[in-house]
Amino acid sequence: MSEKNLPVKADEHHGAVEVAEPIADPGLEPHEYRITDLDPKAADRAERQVATMFTLAGLLALGSCVAYFAIPRDAILQFGPLTGNANNLTLGVTLGLSLFLIGAGAIQWAKQLMVDTEVIELRHDANSTPEQKADIMAGFSEGVAESGFSRRKLIRRSLIGAMGLLGLPAVVLLRDLGPLPGRSLYNTIWAKGIRVVNDVTDRPIKPSDLQVGQLVNAQPANLTPLQEESAVEYQNAKAKAAVIVVRIEPNKIQAPAGRENWGIDGILCYSKICTHVGCPISLYEQTTHHVLCPCHQSTFDLADGAKVVFGPAARPLPQLPLAVDAEGYLIAQAPFDEPVGASFWERG
Amino acid sequence: MSDTKTVASQKEGPAATAEFPPPVKWLDDRLGIGKLGKKNLRKVFPDHWSFMLGEIALYSFIILILTGIFLTLWFRPSMAEVEYQGSYSLLKGLHMSEAYASTLDISFDVRGGLLMRQIHHWAAVLFIAAMMVHLLRIFFTGAFRKPRELNWVIGFGMLFLGIIEGFLGYGLPDDLLSGTGLRITQGMIQASPIVGSYMTFFIFGGEFPGDDFVSRFFTVHVLLIPGLILALVTAHLFLVVYHKHTQFAGPGRTEKNVVGYPLMPVYMAKAGGFFFVVFGITALMGALLQINPVWLYGPYNPAEVTAGSQPDWYMGWLEGSVRLMPGFESHFWGVTLSWNLLIPALIIPPAFVTLVALYPFIEGWITGDKREHHLLDRPRNVPTRTGIGAAFITFYGLLWIAGGNDLVATHFGVSLNNVTWVLRFGVFIGPVLAFWLTRRIAISLQRADQERLLHGLESGIIVRSPEGKYSERHTPIGEHEAYTLTTHDRLVPYEVGPETDTNGVRAPLRALNKVRAKLSAFYYADAVQKPTAAEIEDAHSHGHEDDVHELTETEAFREVTPDKH
Repeated sequence: MSEKNLPVKADEHHGAVEVAEPIADPGLEPHEYRITDLDPKAADRAERQVATMFTLAGLLALGSCVAYFAIPRDAILQFGPLTGNANNLTLGVTLGLSLFLIGAGAIQWAKQLMVDTEVIELRHDANSTPEQKADIMAGFSEGVAESGFSRRKLIRRSLIGAMGLLGLPAVVLLRDLGPLPGRSLYNTIWAKGIRVVNDVTDRPIKPSDLQVGQLVNAQPANLTPLQEESAVEYQNAKAKAAVIVVRIEPNKIQAPAGRENWGIDGILCYSKICTHVGCPISLYEQTTHHVLCPCHQSTFDLADGAKVVFGPAARPLPQLPLAVDAEGYLIAQAPFDEPVGASFWERG
Repeated sequence: MSDTKTVASQKEGPAATAEFPPPVKWLDDRLGIGKLGKKNLRKVFPDHWSFMLGEIALYSFIILILTGIFLTLWFRPSMAEVEYQGSYSLLKGLHMSEAYASTLDISFDVRGGLLMRQIHHWAAVLFIAAMMVHLLRIFFTGAFRKPRELNWVIGFGMLFLGIIEGFLGYGLPDDLLSGTGLRITQGMIQASPIVGSYMTFFIFGGEFPGDDFVSRFFTVHVLLIPGLILALVTAHLFLVVYHKHTQFAGPGRTEKNVVGYPLMPVYMAKAGGFFFVVFGITALMGALLQINPVWLYGPYNPAEVTAGSQPDWYMGWLEGSVRLMPGFESHFWGVTLSWNLLIPALIIPPAFVTLVALYPFIEGWITGDKREHHLLDRPRNVPTRTGIGAAFITFYGLLWIAGGNDLVATHFGVSLNNVTWVLRFGVFIGPVLAFWLTRRIAISLQRADQERLLHGLESGIIVRSPEGKYSERHTPIGEHEAYTLTTHDRLVPYEVGPETDTNGVRAPLRALNKVRAKLSAFYYADAVQKPTAAEIEDAHSHGHEDDVHELTETEAFREVTPDKH
């Protein structure tokens, strides 16, 4: 194990070759004196500068306490178009300047008044000396021999095995961090007959409420009642069930096969959750009937089965088949026939 | 450090007494602090502006801890739903999580709360920026070489943790913007192969958003990661002290010494003062420059997002990587493989950061250089490394720009699709161009140095000789500068060596060594070697033998063109 026993590495000196320097080291440049070294008046001036900065810093620290109590929390300061909370501003500016002046004073002190002759310190090798190495190796071998660690294989192996197995409980204990996904990524609260409601007013939507070119953010009618039951269930359900309802001139729609009767007079409904990483899609361009996700700019053509026309998303937005109930309001004909949102491995 | 300071304050003046003053003696009797102080009190550090970059990172970390503790006194890491009744009237009566409500309280109802929140955020932004610029300084000057490779890895570890820490931090207020960032992260995790859906259910305690993540992220943000960073900072600084700081080459500055000013008093004042300067500036930024005004975004709503949403700057390149990737996805054997997330989020960034983390070992292997280095390289003297650095910066920078492709498009009135397409090609072409260009610039700068060394400075005096030739007189540079320009190593590529040794045994791993020799030749190709003593002598004697400063001597003139050397 000793370094001496190792063969000399052939590549020890590659990379760079030390040659005699073309120019001999002339040694450190001559020291240059500062004005404060030569002129006592300049030194006194520097001292006064430093002391002034420290004094101001102290006064500003006091000032910040005064500002804290004297200025009302909700007072507003205005400079032209800029506004700010007066309490926050004065507190911050006084504190900031106080801190800054302490620092500036200390640096000025070091630069102008402290001795600035350069000092030379020798370096030492990072590695241990041969004696230290020999000592350590001897001590280590002795320790190994005395414990019998290398000789008593049964002890060694059972210990290593036990320590390895201890890693298992460390992982298993984390099991209850969350439930298994189960089928929850496949389902939303949409079901046959659920009304489509405006996501702000919570009102059901009639086909006649929508103009051609209009897009409405909507959600299932059974979402809002969830909020009273459980805030977290509400948020989780909303994160999957949000939809967009759009009305396009029927002759411009190219419905994919099997989806011809999923719309009502050019009114189509798609999941609002991007198939890329699940951001809610929100930027609609009427003329092209493209909708764009503001997170990564995936663009979907709503007239063409919401297929991807640009960006990193790989799949069209899932479509919700629409129907009209007895009272003339839009309802879901059936739930989504595929999972909404980002892809996942077992999705198929 | 505090111990050293205690000793320092007690030892005013050069006349140190044989016995410590009583409080120090009390400590020394128990802790032996005198031994520590003896080694470190007058420890020498070299002076250079670029050595302060790491200090900025350290100081912003301290500021983060101080302001962070203040924030934890009011922040409630809970996602329980409450009705907001604080003093910000626009959100009054709205349902929101306790986390968001308490963030609003800190901003509007706790005096100094908004200031601390803003200092905390600015310091976080600065922390990561300072670490990155510090990393670049280390990279371009070769300060990562033996014996400091492990300190590079430690530093990289802190940068990595710092970025995760920052990301978790801005996820805590549970506003609309932070929720959008988390939604994106959750989607990426969900799309990971095999374990994706399980991972997100374990991290978020079920479906997104659930009501667990704020309290979980909070613990990781205020306890786990700061603890790890603190441990790494300690190791990092310990190694800086142990290895002693690197220095730039120059007269009197060698591989065997370190030239500079002592810790006590110069660096205590300078570095200590600099801490207050950094703190002061971040405090002024916190007071004057608004950052992350969460009250404008409203509470998180999984069905809403604002256009132009941007993460904190250090996440921008990951965002860009995801934005640029075309939408590829494979469906086979009943599973879905999302290349559109796998490649930009799970392959490219980890590969990139692994290359950065392992760079010292990669370069060491290619060059075969096993010596200790304490003198820093000037970037021009290692053109290939400098070129690689420029390529990395370009790659990173283009991805960063791509992270704001929508803003580029709207601000400059160009098509978003075109911006994306240009960047899709740009991230491959740009780094190659940057590498080539930077390397050539570095080589040209080396030639300029060589010219300066061999022929001196242009004096600006044009003289006509009796034959009617015009020439410009060159003044030789000073001895100190000439020495500085010749301190770098001559770079010699690694060689494969003979196929068999003297006993006819084939050398092992020969194919690998051939690759290594090729890489090494590439690494050092075209670098300008510094002149030998004879070449310098020759160049100088060609022009003049006598007093080189004598302006009237025609022998001292050198023809402007052509260069005969």
